[in-house]
Formats: sequence, C-alpha cells, structure tokens
Amino acid sequence: MTNRGTERVKRGMAEMQKGGVIMDVVNAEQAKIAEAAGAVAVMALERVPSDIRAAGGVARMADPTITEEVMNAVSIPVMAKARIGHIVEARVLEAMGVDYIDESEVLTPADDVYHLNKSDFTVPFVCGCRNLGEAARRIGEGASMLRTKGEPGTGNIVEAVRHMRQVQSEIRKVTGMSRDEVMTYAKEIGAPFELLLQIREEGRLPVVNFAAGGIATPSDAALMMELGADGVFVGSGIFKSDNPEKFARSIVEATTHYKDYKLIAELSKDLGTAMKGIEMSTLSASDRMQDRSE
Amino acid sequence: MTTIGVLALQGAVREHIRSVEECGVKAIEIKRMEQLDEIDGIILPGGESTTMRRLIDSYGFFTALQEFGKKGKPVFGTCAGLILMASEIDGQEHAHLGLMDMKVARNAFGRQVASFEAELSIKHVAEDFNAVFIRAPYILELGPEAEPLATYNDRIVAAQQGHYLCTAFHPELTEDNRVIQHFVDMVKNSTKTLAS
Repeated sequence: MTNRGTERVKRGMAEMQKGGVIMDVVNAEQAKIAEAAGAVAVMALERVPSDIRAAGGVARMADPTITEEVMNAVSIPVMAKARIGHIVEARVLEAMGVDYIDESEVLTPADDVYHLNKSDFTVPFVCGCRNLGEAARRIGEGASMLRTKGEPGTGNIVEAVRHMRQVQSEIRKVTGMSRDEVMTYAKEIGAPFELLLQIREEGRLPVVNFAAGGIATPSDAALMMELGADGVFVGSGIFKSDNPEKFARSIVEATTHYKDYKLIAELSKDLGTAMKGIEMSTLSASDRMQDRSE
Repeated sequence: MTTIGVLALQGAVREHIRSVEECGVKAIEIKRMEQLDEIDGIILPGGESTTMRRLIDSYGFFTALQEFGKKGKPVFGTCAGLILMASEIDGQEHAHLGLMDMKVARNAFGRQVASFEAELSIKHVAEDFNAVFIRAPYILELGPEAEPLATYNDRIVAAQQGHYLCTAFHPELTEDNRVIQHFVDMVKNSTKTLAS
C-alpha cells in the first residue's frame, strides 16, 4: 500500500529543510547561484518582493515559463507562490510539479476571507504567521510549514523578529496553562482548541517555522536562528546585494553556525553593500504586506 | 557509554537525536570535526545533499568523515546521507564520501508530489516497517560486499556493507525505532570489537 501526500510526507519535506536557507530567484542563472551557494531550496518568482513593492499594482502567480526554467535548472526543491485563497493558481503549480507552494501575502490576496483548504492538496504548503493564532489557523487549514511574515522586501528585520518572538512567547504561555485556560485562550486568539492542546503537550508547533521577511545580512539570519527559527527564507536580500554569490554563501554558513560569532565576523567581512532597507514608519498602511491576511 | 553523533550541518537532526535517545544511548549534534573523537558512530541525516556537501567542504569534514569510517566506526546515512555515502551518483561526474560501493540515483521517485509512505520488509530488522520516502533516492547498483536489505517495487532502498548502513527512506520520522536500534546495535558491537 503506497500513500502519497500524507501529512507525514508533507510535513517531513519541511523537516528536511531545517537549518537551511531558501532563496528567492527570478531565473535559471540565479537559481544555479543559489544551489551552488548551498541553498536548501529556491522560491521561483517573477519579481523579488522589493521589486513587487516598487512596481505596485496586482501581484500574481509567476509566469509558468519562469517556474519551469528554474525547475529545470536545479536539483534542489523548487517552491512557488500562489495568491492567498487562489485555488486555481495553487492547482496549476501543483500540476506543474512544484515541490512546495507558498500561499503568500507578498502577492495580492485573491480571497480576503478564506485561505486555501490546503489539506485537499498533495503538494505541501508554507504560510506566513505573525502570532500563534495565525500559525494555528494555517496548520488547521493544512499548512505543512510556517514562516514569519516579517515585512517582505524591506531589508528590515524588525517585523520578522517581532513575529518570531510573539509566536515563541505564546507557545511558552500555552505550555503553562491548565486545560480550562486553553479553551478560553483558543477563543481569544482564534485557534483550534485541539491543536493548542497538542502544542501545550509538546511545547512546540507540530510543523517547522522558518523566518522570513526582511533578512538582509548573515547576522540577520543568525539572529533569527537564535530566536528559535528552524531555518530562513531570504527574498530580496541576496540578489539585491552587490555580490550575490558571496552573500548567499555567507548567509548559508551563518545559518548553520549561528552561535559561532567569530565565524560570523569573518563571513561579514567585505560583503559589499547589503540591500538598501526601508524604515517601517515610512510605510503607509496599504504598503504593509503582513496585514493583508490574518 | 555508547555515544552516537548526528551530523548537524543541515537537515532532520532533531528527529535522529530523539530516536537514538529512545534506543537508550547518548546522542550529540556534530557541528565541528573535532567532535568526531567523542563518538562511536555517526548518522548522516536527511536534508539536501548539495547543501550538506558544501558545508562538509567548508569545515574540513570531508577527509575527517572518511577517516572516521576507515577506523571501523559505523556510519548510517538516511536519504541525503545515503547519497553522501555512495561511490557513484547517476548523472554526476563526482560522488561525495564514497564510503559504500554503490551507484545511486537522486530524486529517483520523482518530485515532492510523488513522495510516499509504504510498508517494507527489511532484512534483519522488520517485516512490516512503515517507511517514509521524501524526494527519495534509490540504489541502482550495489557492490559485491554490500547486502541489499530492502526493496520497493524492485528498487533497492536499504543496504549494509560491513559497518556502513544506508536507507533511502526516513526511519527517524516515525515512532518505530527498529531501524535506528539496528544501527545502535552495530555501534555497540563495533565498540566491543574495536576495543579488543
């Protein structure tokens, strides 16, 4: 008896990515640079988040030509983004054989009420979260992996730090609760009760949680690992820097050896200019991608 | 006390540590090559083989791991770990550690949507083992000194060559520790043999 698309197979795929770096790429050449630098997977996109931000308008699933080009260029897993709630974009990516789908707030949401019912799919999904309520709702819908939302395309780590700390702190809180307190807490944060009980029992989420949204340097990547991330996504940070090859390699090594500060000092030398960042207070409410879903 | 290391450069390290501890021996994460002196056997976990190879090269692990094996200390590779142990990789000019005499194919069952769970019979270990395959490789050819331990649809998915063990699937992702226990026994036996 052979079973495909089981919860164990979908979550297990994300377990294999732990301690690694997943890099945004827009073509075969960038994908090969990412693979050679030691990326555990690439995210195939039409534009990196900072360019999506600059371009404005509606951001959609990438042209399948780009996704296929990337899939043919590398042997590591290829992820791609679908709009939140866009059942057909997700089915198209699944039919193309993409290894993981990011139901992502970086793209313009297609449904402002419902997320995808990800349990229906054979392909696994990753979703963004800012707190335990969002994390638990996404797992409830069938997400096999989570990531912080951060604020994509800003090169500013502050929001990713906020979201990682928030999730970790809420996990610690629920771990110390009695069963009757958990029900009220589930109501307050809008999380499935049974899932919270499981998190309370195990002291951690049942799926891996990566950091994403604003990682721009090796130290940023190491910081997120220090705060409890299982790995990191780097979007605009690598290919918007002066020396992408070196940047990519340094971020990979800093993620593995995130407690080796002398090494991180070495890795950070002569990297050239990191991407120019954006201060949060300069973003208007409509520019904040993290608030596009909850 | 018997101590087993899990190469902790990238991948499913935590699950292996848990499984080894549940088998009653000490488990430690190996991030630096000096730590190899503290352990009696090592597990190369699942993850991305290209990533692990790059990190192995960056920190002098390459020859250190080969020498570790040559001393007669057991090595167990799961999935990406199996690829690292092979002497030949289909379609690639160079292999990695070359510890086991075998030719392997990467992502041989297809992309993630083709990943699966299936019940296997594993020689010396179990008749009914629920094996989890994730973008898994399989073994195309096995040298005369190696013994195939399990097949799935006629493809070799587990093998042993003396003190080297490998599986294309992930025993660490289930609660069933029989494969890990088999490796723990290999390590315990080798500690006795190497000491005498």
